[in-house]
Amino acid sequence: MTVNVEVVTGNEAAALAVKMSRPDVIAAYPITPQSSLVEHLGQHVADGQLDATMSEVESEHSAMSILQGASLSGGRTFTATSSQGLALMYEPYFRTSTLRLPIVMAIVNREMISPQTVWGGPQDSLSLRDSGWIQIYVENNQEIFDTIIQAFRVAEDQDVLLPVNVCYDGFYLSHLTEPIEVPPASAVDGYLTPYKGEHIRLDPDDVMSVDPLTPGHMLMEYRRRHLEAQTRALDVIETADTEYQKITGRSWGGLTYGYRLEDARAVLVTLGSMTGAARVAVDRARAEGRAVGLLKIRSLRPFPKQRVREQLSGRDAFCVVDRNVSFGWDSGIVYREVLGAGIDGSIPSLNFIGGLGGEDITVSMFDYVVDELWAAANGGTTRDSCEWLCNPQRSGDR
Amino acid sequence: MKEVRLHGRGGQGTGKASEIIVYAAVQENMYATAVPYFGFERSGAPVSAFVRIDDDVIWPKTQVYNPDCVVVLDPTVRRAVPLFEGVKDGACLVINCDEQLVAELDLPEEIADVGWVDATKISLDELGRNVPNTTMLGAFARVAGWLGWEQLARRSADIFGEPNYTAVKRGYEEVQILNHRIRR
Repeated sequence: MTVNVEVVTGNEAAALAVKMSRPDVIAAYPITPQSSLVEHLGQHVADGQLDATMSEVESEHSAMSILQGASLSGGRTFTATSSQGLALMYEPYFRTSTLRLPIVMAIVNREMISPQTVWGGPQDSLSLRDSGWIQIYVENNQEIFDTIIQAFRVAEDQDVLLPVNVCYDGFYLSHLTEPIEVPPASAVDGYLTPYKGEHIRLDPDDVMSVDPLTPGHMLMEYRRRHLEAQTRALDVIETADTEYQKITGRSWGGLTYGYRLEDARAVLVTLGSMTGAARVAVDRARAEGRAVGLLKIRSLRPFPKQRVREQLSGRDAFCVVDRNVSFGWDSGIVYREVLGAGIDGSIPSLNFIGGLGGEDITVSMFDYVVDELWAAANGGTTRDSCEWLCNPQRSGDR
Repeated sequence: MKEVRLHGRGGQGTGKASEIIVYAAVQENMYATAVPYFGFERSGAPVSAFVRIDDDVIWPKTQVYNPDCVVVLDPTVRRAVPLFEGVKDGACLVINCDEQLVAELDLPEEIADVGWVDATKISLDELGRNVPNTTMLGAFARVAGWLGWEQLARRSADIFGEPNYTAVKRGYEEVQILNHRIRR
């Protein structure tokens, strides 16, 4: 099998994966930091490399609405957005999952305003975690590429039929340049079988009433089945990863990714692009004889509660670093999600918030986090509120 | 692992220069990453880019705080950003300026080698525009010594047009290297 090495930005990696997934319709509105993804897709179509209808729309609301029509007609579809664009898209965004349309959308994570910002942070997609979509978070350009291809397979699986977000940090990944391995088109073609949308469709020869006014007892049935599909997606995401490994040799772990976890007494939990710096801090701790491991959450929806419970139970402590806030909880969102997995409450846990609005979460910050985590594992207790990781050179008084 | 921090202004191709370094390093069978830091598209606003080069996969996707090399595309940016913050002991500086300005720089002790080249003049000569990024790539190749100039020149020409090949080559050939420590 011939593998090409391409040196690309995260947005280019995403566009390349979309091209190889052969969507029928793309509709997107440019927004920083997603813009170059749309530009690259437009270029692929203009160059004749991608046989898709590329719709230039006037807003994100229109982008998603166009894809709903295309998906209902049996097409494979893709879009991408960030922050305020996602907020404007919210009405058709929610309806996409409840219509059970397997649309794939990259969310190039950008902090929510105010104050005005264009830089990274997954507050945008995490705030919409209960909108019925599958959400997968990734840490580098290779994982962006691999996960977008896998996302079409997961979304279109007849046991799932749900839209999927592939979420990656703005700038730190969208504008990161690094080499990736690109499998041959034939391998991806064999991995992704054509979409068959028979559960809900617009077909003049076989008329179906789509989205009629629905009484509560039936709406509850829809919701129950939607929840069941999310639960079934847990297995489908795992299978999509193992099958992808067969064609590329690469596995990202499916629902979660563990690093030096086997004998770890204390576990650091991460999401997204911060994970690379956390790996370095874990290596340093190990070199000093401290048994620290790392658990990266990939699938936030469906949340792999059983897996997370298994991987954190029996440890002496764990902590979660959040690049977002959960207003009203005095913590980050991922920490609350992890606690929700039902972990033994006697295990001390800590929560850190950092990296908002494009701020860096540095290796030194993770060194500090690991020190605190290790202290918690050796007789510490759970803290009732989060701790903020601030760059001492910039933060001043807080 | 070698870490490089580039400083320039919006429109000078600072981010693109960092991408070209990654491309050239990969062609030479190394691993490399680059991430820029900028906001909305604003010509003239300070822009930074952070490059790492190593033999193995580079996992951290963070900014560079302790560079082995600082590349300055526009000497006026020193009034807006701390160019030498966190530089490693023995680091090198590659700067677009003339001989007079290089004497005025208040260099910290950590800087060992200084390479200066009038990349503005070379880019005006070769490209007819003040876009010093490709000339500075040639100077960087010479001063740092981690990459050959040819890959940088080939890639620059493929992206920005053939005259950039000569710009990189001239940057490599015309950069003046001073050993700051001996001079002191």
